Amino acid sequence: MSLLYNTAILLGKELRTEFRSRELLTTTAVFILIVLVLFSFAINPGTEEAREFAPGLLWLAILFASSLMFQSCFLREQTNDTLSSLRLAVSDPFAIFLAKLIANTLFLLLTELLMLPFFAIFYNIPLWSKLPVLILVLFVGSLGISIAGTAISAISAQARMRELLLPLLLLPLLTPVLVVSSLVTASLLDREPFVQWKGIGFLAVFDLIFLTALWLFGEYLLEE
Amino acid sequence: MTALRIPPTGLRFENIDKRYGGLFALRRVSFEIAPGECVVLAGRNGSGKTTLLRIAAQIVKPTAGELSFPGPGSPPAASGRPGYVAHATMVYDELTAEENLLLFAKLQDVENPAARAEELLREVGLMERRDSLVRTFSRGMRQRIAIARALIHRPSVLLFDEPATGLDPPGITWLANSLRELNRAGCTVLMSLHGESEMSALATRAVQLDAGSVVADTKFGASLHSILTFGCA
Repeated sequence: MSLLYNTAILLGKELRTEFRSRELLTTTAVFILIVLVLFSFAINPGTEEAREFAPGLLWLAILFASSLMFQSCFLREQTNDTLSSLRLAVSDPFAIFLAKLIANTLFLLLTELLMLPFFAIFYNIPLWSKLPVLILVLFVGSLGISIAGTAISAISAQARMRELLLPLLLLPLLTPVLVVSSLVTASLLDREPFVQWKGIGFLAVFDLIFLTALWLFGEYLLEE
Repeated sequence: MTALRIPPTGLRFENIDKRYGGLFALRRVSFEIAPGECVVLAGRNGSGKTTLLRIAAQIVKPTAGELSFPGPGSPPAASGRPGYVAHATMVYDELTAEENLLLFAKLQDVENPAARAEELLREVGLMERRDSLVRTFSRGMRQRIAIARALIHRPSVLLFDEPATGLDPPGITWLANSLRELNRAGCTVLMSLHGESEMSALATRAVQLDAGSVVADTKFGASLHSILTFGCA
């Protein structure tokens, strides 16, 4: 109970500080938009080529944008050493991770939903009929990215050369999520769309494994 | 100022070592602070005072040795952990003074968090700025909110790392009076200080660190004065 209560309080703090500063949301949304616009010049909208490559580009843009988001996730707790005050205050440090990864998932999902209309327009791919399943794929994919990203962010925030360390650790770790999410999204955007439930299942299992690992070992990531 | 919620607790450091790579920050530090005692931690820059306070606050784990909290109030429950004021304010710039106190009060299961936050805001003289973001505060005001945060859960052990930093003379007098009251109510205090001040007058004992080791442990009088001024004054 105390874990969920502390998580809820910390999540409230994360949302309040972000909606006050709007640093992460603005950065990620602008980044994804730039990538989508730039690649739209290289691919003919509405063609088979667009249907084939656009899902991969979308997930690449999400992955790179999320690495920008994770860069400051734990780093901004160091400005006033607030991570120490949180560790002193909470009975279970997992609450700190849980609140951050839920907040990161929400920010990422919100950005993706804002970007989907632009994606549909730039690549001339109708999304409306596939939207419910597409949102499910975006959710399980983004959750996996957020779980791994939050953990790596806690590690890199305490390291020298943290700006380099985060993408170096994060991108290889998230390769399976990138590949599977792209394949599942591509199958949804096909001329004869179908749902790859195995792929969605794989993403859910990835999320579960990394969440369990974070629950078991997260405390050690916060130690000085 | 603040009635204690849990019984008084002391502090015991037993053969504490802290090593960062090949560098020893602390070497075999052993001493005990009785429940309700007020002790000054003295020493030159880099002598290990902050590291020892962070170990006492349980933010940093020692490489070797043991920290314990003897006394009727031990071991401190999660909600009864030491109150710690560090060099950094340990509060959020993007939250208001009141939001910060409410956050830490709720996380530590303080009864009636809103009333407790208001009581402390009044104590530290920030009631009129309760709705202002901390990032708009001066250094002294930030220090006041940092002190309020450390006291929010009515801790029985207080750890202060140069607590007068940024405070103006009336602020230092206020802090010294508050600490005196808390100490009289049974709070154990360990604070690092440089030189003599209103704050050091509260202490009944001083422990001096040098290069990570305890080199002096003295009570009252001229030797206390000598430790605080490193024998220079």
